[in-house]
Amino acid sequence: MSRPGRDDSPDRLYTLTGGRSRSGPDNPFDLVTLVVAECDPVPGMQSEHVAILRMTDRPTAVVEIAAELGLPVSIVRILLADLLAAGRVSARHPRTAAVPDPDILEQVLVGLRNL
Amino acid sequence: MDSATSETRTPLGASADNGLKIVVVGGFGAGKTTMVRSVSEIRPLNTEETMTQAGETVDDISEVRGKTSTTVAFDFGRITLDARNVLYLFGAPGQERFWFLWDRLFSGTLGAVVLVDTRRIDDSWYAIDRLEKHGTPFIVACNDFGGPAFTPQQIREALDLDPHVPLVTCDARSRESSKLVLITLVEHIQNLYAAPTRIPRQELV
Repeated sequence: MSRPGRDDSPDRLYTLTGGRSRSGPDNPFDLVTLVVAECDPVPGMQSEHVAILRMTDRPTAVVEIAAELGLPVSIVRILLADLLAAGRVSARHPRTAAVPDPDILEQVLVGLRNL
Repeated sequence: MDSATSETRTPLGASADNGLKIVVVGGFGAGKTTMVRSVSEIRPLNTEETMTQAGETVDDISEVRGKTSTTVAFDFGRITLDARNVLYLFGAPGQERFWFLWDRLFSGTLGAVVLVDTRRIDDSWYAIDRLEKHGTPFIVACNDFGGPAFTPQQIREALDLDPHVPLVTCDARSRESSKLVLITLVEHIQNLYAAPTRIPRQELV
């Protein structure tokens, strides 16, 4: 299987993000943040942005986007931050807390038992 | 741009809004990918993350060149629990360099399954040590490879396992068996947080 990104030179990856290699600490995207497109791709858009918008017509986790694009998670988080800032995607962040919500744990158990 | 993989994607329902994480940690060949595959609703996918030794502040290509970077690959699968909650199951290598990325990748994880190959028990010791340090709730699951049978007590001693950590045997190829492992983990997490004296220490990093 061809894996764009993985076998490419790092230079290509940095070009994708305009030279940024690392999403900053304020980047809100978790591995399992669910991303939803808020618009259709338009001509002239960066091809990775187009691919992300197509993929996220239904909620799609950051890690799934990274796997589908064959790009490291950190690069995808930068691309997503740009799309979020432009209002082209919305983000549904995980409801995590220091202590997990007992209701969520119960829902997880019910879901697992129903598998 | 549409690829074959995109066409076979199974999208989530439109109301999905809460992603949850459980990590399966294990040495090479312990059966992490097998376990993820046996319960996942999607074909397990693989991705990677990199981290430069310089840390978080590097944002300029000139700074990156010449610095060593750590790349780790990991698999994941997905289980839709209900209309809103989606559980992502990650298969993560237990090797030392991986733990540099633990916080970035798996902060907020519900808990972990340490998958043990009883023919190579020692491979799991480091992972258990790190999970304890991170304060991540975990259970130990011995993947049955048909090797010599050890008693639970022998395995606990070999792993220096805290008595309250559940230890189960499983067949990672079996959906039912892997499902029971996950249920055991979540019940353990419930018990931990229900009993205030047993709340794991959250390490401040």
